[in-house]
Amino acid sequence: MRLIAFAIVVLALAALPFYGSRSNIQDVFFLLSMLTLAQFWNLLAGYAGLISVGQQAFVGIGAYTLFSSSILLGIDPLAAIVMAGVLAGLLAIPMATIAFRLEGAYFAIGTWVLAEILRLSVSQIRAVGGGTGTSLPRNVLADMAGVQAVADFLDIRASAARDVLTYWIMLGIAVATIALMVFVLRRREGLALAALRDDPEAAETVGVSTRVLKYFVYIVSAIGTGLTGAIIYLQKGRVSPDAAFNVVDWTAAVIFIVVIGGIGTIEGPIIGILIFFFLQSYLADFGTYYLIVLGGTAIAVMLLAPRGVWGILADRGVASVFLTRRIYSGPKDTRSQ
Amino acid sequence: MTFIDAFIQGVLLGGLYALFATGLSLVFGIMRLVNLAHGDLIILGAFIILTLMTVTGLHPMPVVLVAAPIMFVLGWLLQTYLLNRVLGSDLLRPLLVTFGLSIILQNGLLEVYSADSQRLAAGPIEVSSLSIGPITVGVLPVLTFLSAILVILALNWIFFHTRLGRAFRATSDDPVTASLMGIAPKRMFAMATGLAMVVITIAALYLGMRANFDPSVGPARLLYAFEAVIIGGLGSFWGTLAGGVIIGVAQTMGAAINPEWQILAGHIVFLIVLMVRPRGLFPKVK
Repeated sequence: MRLIAFAIVVLALAALPFYGSRSNIQDVFFLLSMLTLAQFWNLLAGYAGLISVGQQAFVGIGAYTLFSSSILLGIDPLAAIVMAGVLAGLLAIPMATIAFRLEGAYFAIGTWVLAEILRLSVSQIRAVGGGTGTSLPRNVLADMAGVQAVADFLDIRASAARDVLTYWIMLGIAVATIALMVFVLRRREGLALAALRDDPEAAETVGVSTRVLKYFVYIVSAIGTGLTGAIIYLQKGRVSPDAAFNVVDWTAAVIFIVVIGGIGTIEGPIIGILIFFFLQSYLADFGTYYLIVLGGTAIAVMLLAPRGVWGILADRGVASVFLTRRIYSGPKDTRSQ
Repeated sequence: MTFIDAFIQGVLLGGLYALFATGLSLVFGIMRLVNLAHGDLIILGAFIILTLMTVTGLHPMPVVLVAAPIMFVLGWLLQTYLLNRVLGSDLLRPLLVTFGLSIILQNGLLEVYSADSQRLAAGPIEVSSLSIGPITVGVLPVLTFLSAILVILALNWIFFHTRLGRAFRATSDDPVTASLMGIAPKRMFAMATGLAMVVITIAALYLGMRANFDPSVGPARLLYAFEAVIIGGLGSFWGTLAGGVIIGVAQTMGAAINPEWQILAGHIVFLIVLMVRPRGLFPKVK
């Protein structure tokens, strides 16, 4: 039943190019990309206790891998997206080794320093435009695999077809991300992650290798974030170090989405993204106020309901959509009664 | 010669970074709170000084005597009504609340003061210099460095020679036992944040007289402060000064090689220290 409902939502989203306008497609693309970033940040912070404020590092790596490999090496952007994920994952290994030397709050700022180092280093590379950045050349975009097929299929112009293609890829990655979360969380590893989230020391004593698990989570999140960064900037067609490694756009907003929706659940980021969309559409005319309201809402949630909107709903008896909560079903403990 | 000059400029710049870092170190030492809005509070301090200068027409230095109490009260209120509520075993809550505060401060300042670059006009002192043998140093950087030393001496005196300092240390060591002895830990936390805000005001004064600032530059100051604290090793203000000097020297030496490498050189030296001595150069607390 739940699976059918989920499938209907995914199908409705997949069919958006048939009934929505181009700006609808771009809006939903943006929300799906933020949702994916939110799911991976949630995996890091909500499950592994790794509170990173440096995930913009991987958005930037993804974006710049896409641009440099398609401009300098002539690789098709679709193949370059895969490369972006691979490179983000590879770079995450030394970055984790450095960042894991810091604990807790210091880990958070350490990840931010790493992202800044990458931003400043990329700004030094003249071949991708240095500090001002660069655009994807027209021929790269025109020759992109699959664009012509989509254009013929939907009978639209190539530029609109490119939006549709990136939208479908983003939708695919967003759905795959949620499926991956559900898959992992329902396995032994998910139980280990939940144990790590609830009490790292107790988890260690019952045989969870927290170090291996943290590396695993950090690298998986880097891959997912890198892939998403590559697609976001493929859709934008233009990149600069300050934009691609921006802490407010790719980490602060993402963190607020997860916290408001409910950290440590799959449903939380989805609820968060809907609230984010609502705030953004109503406050878009007020410039920076939307960030102030978003930050203020996140603070209020942390003070009043640390488990977020989904936590409030779950307390009111709304059942888990993705069935990843483990409910104790053993014999009743009679001592407490 | 350029490198000797860069080295001396770097040491003096380190004084400014030590001023950034001391407030962070103070708050962490007493309540284990890492304030991600620290850099933005420095910028808030600079804008408060700027506003008072515009209203009174005075030089930035006397204005600090008014700005510091204002910042103390803001810090006290911030701790009492917001941060005290989120302290505890859950690391996420204080981090997220201060991160949210950082975004609110940045965008709030942007709404009020716009994105224009500002400066605290300090008159002739900005350009006057001293010649010590073949070396010429600016009066302002020397004053910054001396102020950092004075701030650290003052904080150490408060910590080790006053009742308040004893209460701070007791709260830092064990808040529960301290409260049995009649100390209210949350009041101590509010005092500590107020005191940190006074140090922040002094940091803001020298930041604003030295360079341009705008609402967006806070996070970079947080990172320098953080690096100085980690390099110095937690728990010692003198270690923090050493950490600030190391970051300052790394930046000016990097800039001497290539002006674009200034900030990057500081971050990379931080990474090297972190890899070689993860607990800092002068660790004190275990």
